[in-house]
Order: sequence, then structure tokens, then C-alpha cells
Amino acid sequence: MAFVGQHGCGLMTDLATPWLCRDCLADGISTVINQCPECGSWLLLKHAELRQLAIAHVDCDAFYAAIEKRDQPELADKPVIVGGGKRGVVATACYVARIHGVRSAMPMFKALQLCPDAVVIPPRMDAYKVAGYAIRELMLTLTPLVEPLSIDEAFMDLSGTEALHQKYPAASMVELAKRIKREVGITVSIGLSGTKSLAKMASDMDKPKGFHIIGMDNAAEMLAPLPVSILYGTGKVLTKKLNTAGIKTCGDLARAHPELIIKLAGNNARTLQQLAAGIDQRPVIPDRPAKSISSETTFETDISDVETLAAILEELCDKVAKRLKTADLSGRTVMLKLKSDKHQLLTRSRTLSDPTRLSRRIFETGLLMLKEEVAADRNWRLIGIGVEQLDHAEHADPLNLADPDLSRIIALQDTVDGLRDKHGKAAIVTGRQFARKPKDKK
Amino acid sequence: MKLSIDRAALIKPLGHIQGVVERRNTIPILSNMVIRAEAGQLKLTATDMEMDMVETTHAAVAEEGVITTPAHMLYDIVRKLPEGSEITISSDDSGQAQISAGRSTFRLPILPVADFPAISNAEMPVSFHVPAADLKSMIELTRMATSTEESRYYLNGIYLHQTPERQLRAVATDGHRLALTQMDLPQGAETMPSVIIPRKAYTELFRLMEDYDGDVEVGLSDNRARFSLGQVVMTSKLIDGTFPDYDRVVPKDNQRKSTVSVADFSAAVDRVSTISAEKTRTVQLTFSSGSLTISASSVDQASATEVIEASWSDDDLKIGFNARYLLDITHLIEGDDMEFAFAEPSNPTLIRSPKDDASLFVVMPMRV
Repeated sequence: MAFVGQHGCGLMTDLATPWLCRDCLADGISTVINQCPECGSWLLLKHAELRQLAIAHVDCDAFYAAIEKRDQPELADKPVIVGGGKRGVVATACYVARIHGVRSAMPMFKALQLCPDAVVIPPRMDAYKVAGYAIRELMLTLTPLVEPLSIDEAFMDLSGTEALHQKYPAASMVELAKRIKREVGITVSIGLSGTKSLAKMASDMDKPKGFHIIGMDNAAEMLAPLPVSILYGTGKVLTKKLNTAGIKTCGDLARAHPELIIKLAGNNARTLQQLAAGIDQRPVIPDRPAKSISSETTFETDISDVETLAAILEELCDKVAKRLKTADLSGRTVMLKLKSDKHQLLTRSRTLSDPTRLSRRIFETGLLMLKEEVAADRNWRLIGIGVEQLDHAEHADPLNLADPDLSRIIALQDTVDGLRDKHGKAAIVTGRQFARKPKDKK
Repeated sequence: MKLSIDRAALIKPLGHIQGVVERRNTIPILSNMVIRAEAGQLKLTATDMEMDMVETTHAAVAEEGVITTPAHMLYDIVRKLPEGSEITISSDDSGQAQISAGRSTFRLPILPVADFPAISNAEMPVSFHVPAADLKSMIELTRMATSTEESRYYLNGIYLHQTPERQLRAVATDGHRLALTQMDLPQGAETMPSVIIPRKAYTELFRLMEDYDGDVEVGLSDNRARFSLGQVVMTSKLIDGTFPDYDRVVPKDNQRKSTVSVADFSAAVDRVSTISAEKTRTVQLTFSSGSLTISASSVDQASATEVIEASWSDDDLKIGFNARYLLDITHLIEGDDMEFAFAEPSNPTLIRSPKDDASLFVVMPMRV
């Protein structure tokens, strides 16, 4: 709609393309240029819309591994894998390890088969968080419209910042990448376009240390031959459905009859067809407040016993309650997540009559849902629990006629929290959790 | 099988029986009701596996037999047939049931009777009689307070039990409000277990009593309740859970009291709550000498106030409630007046009718 059909000055773009040097920030407009006339660098951005595009996606390169290499320079040229545990999976593999075929989410034993020399480092989340926030601070110096997707990834909308920074967005982003390298010590890949979906695609196209631009004028043509699976919102299942219906590329999808797509994709049909045509009207929303608070764990070995699951669940509920408390929040809907040994993911949720911040209430609700799912012949590899429909802590757990002991339970949780804050997490545990501990140590 | 029956004689039992059958069923046979014609009688049976209902009525049976056929469809057909019609229901070896009346003929699929789940006919160790009017009023007074919260399944019904004072007491609560009513313990109920009657069971029972004014025979076991009303017998599983120790939350010592006219109060709360747009329609009650001010305000700056007469001789009291909870109660109060008994604005409030010693309501206040 807004972005297609602007084929203004095709001839001129062919002849003279704006360029920008990623090393010295020199720029100009030229017909043929491959090397920066100022500093001699070969890292030139050349694009007809170089000076207009304002939506960026920033993705840190092998973030966890990069932080480890920054902190242990002797690892610089070694294959580094961040992850852990016997049952652990690869959280991040550095680019050296990736050459050997190691990928994120790969089981550790497989990663080590592929790359026996790899240095395996257990994650240091605190260090990554510090770096993540530092990067976010740098982003915020360019625009308040920063939408973090995770600790190492964010969208930025730099529309209207040109006058402020005396630089068009592409130049600001080039400078941002340099600042992140200089001040945080890691590299990022940047995608620049006119929409979120295209910016994200762009950052994927040139990694690591990349900077890729997807113009809006030819977005539709660029997307047309690409598989539908690259679009936001097409998972495995939908991709398969679309493919079966003969819709393989984004071009097919954009051209397909809307009714057919509604049948296949339901409510998302319209958005999906627009994405396939290069249209994406989703705005960059700064720092979205958390929608849910949850905690999950993957087991060392699969578990089917409900008592063991319950003990683990209870510990996770304690964690969720603790995080609710820290954030001064409560939640009204309790979600349970289970993953079977066959990697089937199952989620269940129940809404309470009032928001709660109590571990016990979250646990009781979670346990009810758990008991409906577990059976002797089902093995689980992961369990998670969380709350959504977040509310202020002060709205949590009002006096309840059906719960005469509520005020005692609240007092109990606060006391236990106090003890744990003072003497550590293991200072006081429930009988259920205590009973489980020795088994772990076998 | 072949029988004929007046529409008027058929529609009532069909209406009862189809209420048991769920609209959506994953097991096809559960969408059906059993129609049994024998010895001058038509016997209808339905179940949803949690509860079942059997009702008999007279019919001209030409050929004895038994079939199962879709319950809702049959009911809808009979409902739409003209009043005064003579309806014939028959089946042969065609695998279909035929329903005809006047110029209309319907053919419905039938499923084997053998596939129909067995109906619970277990003995009920406890049995007593309650006048339908009393049982109806017990359900009516308490049902609005039952909870729909799945995770508190033990609140999804009415708790029926006997008290040490030899009362048969019904209680329901969703945690925000509680309704309680009681009657003298009927003879035979002395050994009754405490039971939680699920929503669907008391709802269907209430419907059965709408046109019934005799005694209801109540049979109880540890896991089932059976209600027999003339030609209808309904048996339901009970909710398997423990009802909370509600007695501890019923205020015993709320000293600050006020009496107001139910009609005035109800109308005022209804009017004032119009402007509170949120889901929880909070109204604020302010009691000061001789008057009650009911007020509400919304985030978008609308506000409303109404003053009614009220007896009050204490210090001023400000307290907030969900308007819907108050209105639900005003509809149930017997007589012209209602009495509030307060402690502190954060503690449960007691509401009752000065004319009805046997019933009370407890409401949790809201922050205002």
C-alpha cells in the first residue's frame, strides 16, 4: 500500500547511487565506486534509498560467545561454545565453531562430536545482561524508539532523527555499530529498511559484522522468489500447509486469492499477504513492558513421575513468585508448559478470580493442570510455569471468603522470602522439595 | 417400536431430558436420548456421564421397543409442531426413527441402544424428603455465589450439609461473596454426608421444580445425589473436593448496622453504577447519620451520586463494593428492607433480610 509503486526515478538510480563508507563515514553519490575515495576501505554501502530508510534491526553476532572472547582474548581464534550441563544445549556458538557445523539449540554432545576442540563455557547471564543493557543505552542515544526483542536484538526507528544527529539514519547506524565495537567490545549486524520485517530479513543476510539494506522500491520483487518460510509468522506447520496448496514463494503468497489464505492461515491471512508483498505496518514499540513472568527448566534426564515433577514445579513457582515480588507485580492467569521426550510442546492456562503473587497459589493451579496431563507412559524433558495478565502487586490476593487461611499464607511466603534473602535459597524448602534433593545427587 | 402421544404430554419430559444432553459431544451416542416404549408408557433417558435423567409418561404404545435418537433435534421438532398435534414415533429395520404429526414426517438417525452408557441405579444410603418450594428457594438464594473458576472446582457448586443445630444448610461462594441459607433438617437426613452439588445438576433440578410443587425425594451417597420428582429421576455425580471452612469468614460480630429499603437501594446502585465502565463496577457507599450516599466515578472523569434514607448512628463509614454483587443480593432479599452489618471497610460485610433469619450474604468490600 504505502510503500509499493514508488518507481520514481529509475534511470537516475541506475546512474548515480548514494554511497557511504562504513569505516570513515565518508559519503557521496556516484555512478561507479567500489572503494572509499577518502580512506580506501572496501566496506561501502551503496543503495538508491540509502538516505531515506529509517527502520533498523540490530542483531549482536554470536552474542554470548563474543562476550566470552572479549573477556578472554586468548580464545579469539578458538571455537567457543556457550552452553552447559550434561543435557545442555548450545546457547551460542562462535563463528569458528559454526564453521564445524555447530548451531544454537544443538545438543551439547552433538556439538562436541562435530567440534571436539571447542572450548565450552557455561553461560554467565549477568555479564551478558550488563553488555546487553550497555548496547541498549547506546541505541537510545539515537532514538527513543528502541524495541528490544531479546537481550541481543532490537528494532530501532530513526525516522525524523536526521536533523537532530546531522546524519541520515544509515550513517547513524554505521556509527552505532562502531561505538558498540569500541565501547562494549563486540560486533553487530545491522539490517536497514523501511519496515520491521524487511529490516530483520536484511540483518540476517549479511552476518557477522554486516550491514545490509533492503529498499522499499523493489521490496516486492526482492521477496517474490524467496520461500514463504522467511516471513514473520510462518512456522513449520503453516509453511507446510501453504506449500501443499502450491504456495511456495512470497510472490505466490502475495498473488494468492485472499480467501484461500484465510482458509490456511486464519486471522493472520491479511498480515501475511502484506508481509509477502513487502508491506508491514507494525510500528516500532519502545521497550514493551513484560507480558508474562515465567520460569522453566530442562531436566538432566526425562521424568514421568508426578511427585518429582511437582517438586520441581514448586521450585519454579518460588522463582516466579520471587520475580513478581522484585517487579512489584502479580498475575491473574497461570500458564503451565510441558515438553515431552518427543519434543511435543504442551501449554495449558487457567485464569484465577484475582491476580496473585503467591507461589502457593501459582503452584496449586499449576499442579491441577499438571495432573491432567501426566500419565505413566509419558516422559517429560521440560517443565515451565508462569503468570500473565500482569497487574500491580497491590491488587494481588485480596481477602478471599473461600480461602480463610490466605492471610497466613501471605505471611508465610513473606517470612520464607525473608529467610531466603538472608541465608540463601536453600535455607528453607518445603518437604516436597527436600524429599527430592537426595535423588538428584545419585 | 411404535407409539403415539399428544404433543402437550411429550414436550414437557422432552424439555427436561434434553437439558442433560450437551450441545457438543465428542461421543456421538451422548447426543442421543433413549426412547423406550413399554406397557403403555414412554420412558426417556439421557446422560452426559456426570448426570443422568429418566422420565416416564403415558403413551399409546402400539409396538413395544427401544431406540436412541438425537435429543436436541427431537426436542426442536416437537417444539415446532403445532399445538394439539398427535405425534407418532416409530422405528423399523431401516435404521431410522420416524416422527410424524399431521402432514409432517421426520426421519432421524438412530444408534444402537447397547452402546448407550449404563444409568446409575446404585442405592442411596441416605434418603429424605424436602418440599420442592424449599429446595427451590435454597438453590435460588445461593446459586449466584457459585464460582466458575476452574482451578477452584470445589467452589463450582452448592455445598449442602447439616449443622450441629440440626439445620440443612446450603452455602456457595466464589471467594468474593458468599450466600448461605438453611432450613430445619428433614427427617431421614441425620446421617447425610456433606456434599457439593455441581452447577449443572442444581440448574436442571431447578428447572424440573419450575412446574412441580410436591415433595422432592433426595437420595445421597458419598459420590452421588439423586432427586426424584414424580415421574422424573435425576442422578448426578458430586463434586469431589473439600469445601472451604467458610464459617470462619462469616462475620459474627459486625456491630455497625444500617437498614435501608431494598427497592431504593437497588434502584440507586443500578443508576449510579451506570458510569463505572470497568469490569468491576465499583460503587462507594458512605453511611452518615440517617443517610446513605451511593457514588461512583470512572477514569474518564464521569461521576454519579445518589442519596437514600438509611438508619445509621455510628461514625461515618466509607466502603466500596462491586455493584453487581450488591444488585444480585437485592434481588434475593425477602421483604422490603435489607440490613447491613459492617466491621471495618476492609473486612467482610454481612447483608441479610430482617424478615429472614435463615439466610445471609457476605460480601468482600473493594478498595475505593
